[in-house]
Amino acid sequence: MQRRNFIKASAMTAAMALAGFSASFAQAQETIKVGVLHSLSGTMAISETVLKDTVLMAIDEINAKGGVLGKKLEPVVVDPASNWPLFAEKARQLISKDKVAVTFGCWTSVSRKSVLPVYEELNSLLFYPVQYEGEELSKNVFYTGAAPNQQAIPAVEYLMSKDGGSAKRFVLLGTDYVYPRTTNKILRAFLHSKGVKDEDIIEEYTPFGHSDYQSIIAKIKKFSSEGKKTAVVSTINGDSNVPFYKELGNQGLKATDVPVVAFSVGEEELRGVDTKPLVGHLAAWNYFMSIKSPANTEFVKKWSDYAKAKNIPGHKDKPLTNDPMEATYIGIHMWAQAANKAKSVDTDKVIAAMAGQTFKAPGGFISTMDKENHHLHKPVFIGEIKADGQFNVVWKTKGPVVADPWSDYIAENKGKKNVPEKK
Amino acid sequence: MAMTRAARPLPALFADVLLCLALCLGMLGTAHAAIPKELILQLATGDSDEKIAAMGQIASSGDPAALPLLQAMADGRLQVLEEKQQVLLYNDAGEVTDAVTGAKLDPVPEGAEDITVNNRLRSALDGAMAALQLTAADTAVRLDAARNIKSSATPEMLPLIEKALQSEKDAAIRRLLLTTQASLQLSSDNVSTRLAAVKALAASGDSETKQLLLALLEKEGDTFKEPEAAVRAEAQKSIDDIDARLQMGEYAGMAFTGISLGSILLLAALGLAITYGLMGVINMAHGELIMIGAYATYLTQNLVRAYAPGLFEIYPLLAVPVSFMVAALVGVAMERLVIRHLYGRPLETLLATWGISLMLIQLVRSLFGAQNVPLENPAWLSGGVQVMSNLILPYNRIAIIVFAGLVVAGMALILTRTRLGLFVRAVTQNRNMASCVGVATPRVDTVAFGLGSGIAGLAGCALSQVGNVGPDLGQSYIIDSFMVVVLGGVGQLIGTVYAALGLGIINKLFEAQAGAVLAKIAVLVIIIVFIQKRPQGLFAVRGRFVEQ
Repeated sequence: MQRRNFIKASAMTAAMALAGFSASFAQAQETIKVGVLHSLSGTMAISETVLKDTVLMAIDEINAKGGVLGKKLEPVVVDPASNWPLFAEKARQLISKDKVAVTFGCWTSVSRKSVLPVYEELNSLLFYPVQYEGEELSKNVFYTGAAPNQQAIPAVEYLMSKDGGSAKRFVLLGTDYVYPRTTNKILRAFLHSKGVKDEDIIEEYTPFGHSDYQSIIAKIKKFSSEGKKTAVVSTINGDSNVPFYKELGNQGLKATDVPVVAFSVGEEELRGVDTKPLVGHLAAWNYFMSIKSPANTEFVKKWSDYAKAKNIPGHKDKPLTNDPMEATYIGIHMWAQAANKAKSVDTDKVIAAMAGQTFKAPGGFISTMDKENHHLHKPVFIGEIKADGQFNVVWKTKGPVVADPWSDYIAENKGKKNVPEKK
Repeated sequence: MAMTRAARPLPALFADVLLCLALCLGMLGTAHAAIPKELILQLATGDSDEKIAAMGQIASSGDPAALPLLQAMADGRLQVLEEKQQVLLYNDAGEVTDAVTGAKLDPVPEGAEDITVNNRLRSALDGAMAALQLTAADTAVRLDAARNIKSSATPEMLPLIEKALQSEKDAAIRRLLLTTQASLQLSSDNVSTRLAAVKALAASGDSETKQLLLALLEKEGDTFKEPEAAVRAEAQKSIDDIDARLQMGEYAGMAFTGISLGSILLLAALGLAITYGLMGVINMAHGELIMIGAYATYLTQNLVRAYAPGLFEIYPLLAVPVSFMVAALVGVAMERLVIRHLYGRPLETLLATWGISLMLIQLVRSLFGAQNVPLENPAWLSGGVQVMSNLILPYNRIAIIVFAGLVVAGMALILTRTRLGLFVRAVTQNRNMASCVGVATPRVDTVAFGLGSGIAGLAGCALSQVGNVGPDLGQSYIIDSFMVVVLGGVGQLIGTVYAALGLGIINKLFEAQAGAVLAKIAVLVIIIVFIQKRPQGLFAVRGRFVEQ
């Protein structure tokens, strides 16, 4: 009896597995798989989770219009858990096992550096949606966030301008990894070129997930008392920003005294922080939710509806959009356009078709993919935090700025062309 | 930036405001006509320089409508309709009036745009409003105005301040105004006035004054900004005086941050001092019990917000018993179901509790999601108290230090003054003998473990007010907790207290010198060396128990 039951059961299991396999095989014929590689847990989840949802929303949107090359897109979502080596493992799994045509993912530069060799080795495509430090240009990556000259440098220029407070001394504060270190190296060189001396610059780093900013704030206060107008440039990433801004507010460091300009803090990171004491502190991005344009109104509405429909925690009650979401959204739409143009999702054909792609960005301008350097032309906005957690745009460039990934302020970059080396 | 160095020692931007202010001072008291339309339009549509100039003129007009207008601009309640040359003013109730005529606008014209206020305009606004409020009837308003004007004064403001000083009776406000007056006199043409001002400023203890004095010593080309050597020498003396006072504030601040970190470490480690220190259970799930306490606080917050919004201000107090109970119940369940079967097998306990910790993390992740959950500080835990000019102690950290003290005191009372405490100590010292004299050892184990877990829950409740609350919360505290207990000496409460405060202060001392990353490494190295030399920790348990 028992044995018979066992045989029966295993036969059934086998049949079911076979059916399942053939079903999934049939499905693979009809869809194009798209990888989503964002941390859904750990210290970066605060920033990255919402990007996963943005990709899913854009995929729904593209599918509703008939998909790409007549096929529906099928998202494959993995969670690399803010664990950098795991990013590389998951990337390899997405490309080799799930056979995704393209991946949208990563936030921190250390995660991008971790997956880069995988994408180059397997010749697959990664769309990276976050502002970063430059100093990299791979033919397998499209950078839809800002290069230093599209964010960091204009922000510091603004701080030094009359309207920005004519800052003369700078605290460069960041999380301890490649993006803040490299950005601060570029900024230091930039400040030197503007006549700021080394004794007027201090650099401070904290580990990922750091939560006790008392001594750092005390240090900023001391530094600012030792001379002329001081400003803080923050490249703190992830959930450390919440305790940082809480401490900043509690310790009464006002924006009119010592303004803090942040490069990785947007609407999403400030959710749950009491922003009333933070009014006037700044952030530099290429998009803010508060930008007034028909395209943005539509984007915000789309997101609000999607968040409500999908019951996304937090966003269903208080929908927020931010710069990396916009960059993600632009990236996936541009990829779909390029694939349609190339009539293929083959990596090399899509790369060729990406050059010069345009898309009407939610920020209210036409976003263009550079013909050569794999970066978008983007305008730069500087916003001040308002009491309601939104940003008030106080400065912007006249039009889109062309990216300069190999910053001229780093001596070794002299003569480097902004074109990926073909491999 | 091809800007020339600011010739004036004070923020140059206020010069513009107060130049106009000074020009119009003569008109004070006479001009009570409404604010001219051109000025309001300039305020609304000009570039930053024009706006600041308009602010100065509006402020000096002394018009009763000036303050509400500037306040509205500071609060972002002004809008402009460029094509109609109309400025709209929203009042607190949401009604809209025309800023020029004061007439009510109904319906509200469409297409009006907000007037952007950046930091520069905001501080100019603060200065202009302060100037208007220096003669207000309310002492608190005057005090605020005097504070604001101190950080934004320019030489043109001197007559205004002298006028205010004549009628001012309040000592605190007078002191502020006198400091401001002295700092303004620094740019006087009269050498003896400058000398007196520099001397007067020595009594001040804040960093802004120091910045002013430092500016005097700066060189512009070959000449000093302050031509008189005597004044420079006096300024240097005053700077040294101020420095000494600032130094005090810095040391006090450093001690406070150290104690604050110590109190957090202490709270995190106290529960472990019972479960590991007294009972000897290597509880790898201790961090997760802290995390559960924090989530219990989060749930309490949500429940209070949903069902009793009036009590929101005190929700952390309500969360204290809740987080204790929830964590204690989880602890009791752990002890009953798993740990009790593994007494005397430390390796297996370690593995089992580690497994439990992973399960708890995943459970919380499934229930609440992987993202951090938002916890709001009530108003009384936000902000801080100004103790010295350069030292503000945040309320939430003070509250945690007090709370940690209370928990330690409560725990000491339970362990030394109650029957339960007696049993716990008896069982942990000699289980067989305790059992012989009739102590129900299994029950004591359960209660003791529950107590330790509950205290971990309390730690979670407190930590939720300063840090992030997510499923991984416990992971960042488990190592610190073990470090504190081992360093303090296993089995000794007082050792835990000393170790936590010591580690906190040492960590902060290093952090001030070498940065957060190196400080963390240095502390670990120190502990390793210390444990090598003194494996029993700071305080060793004496007696036969140790030799077992």
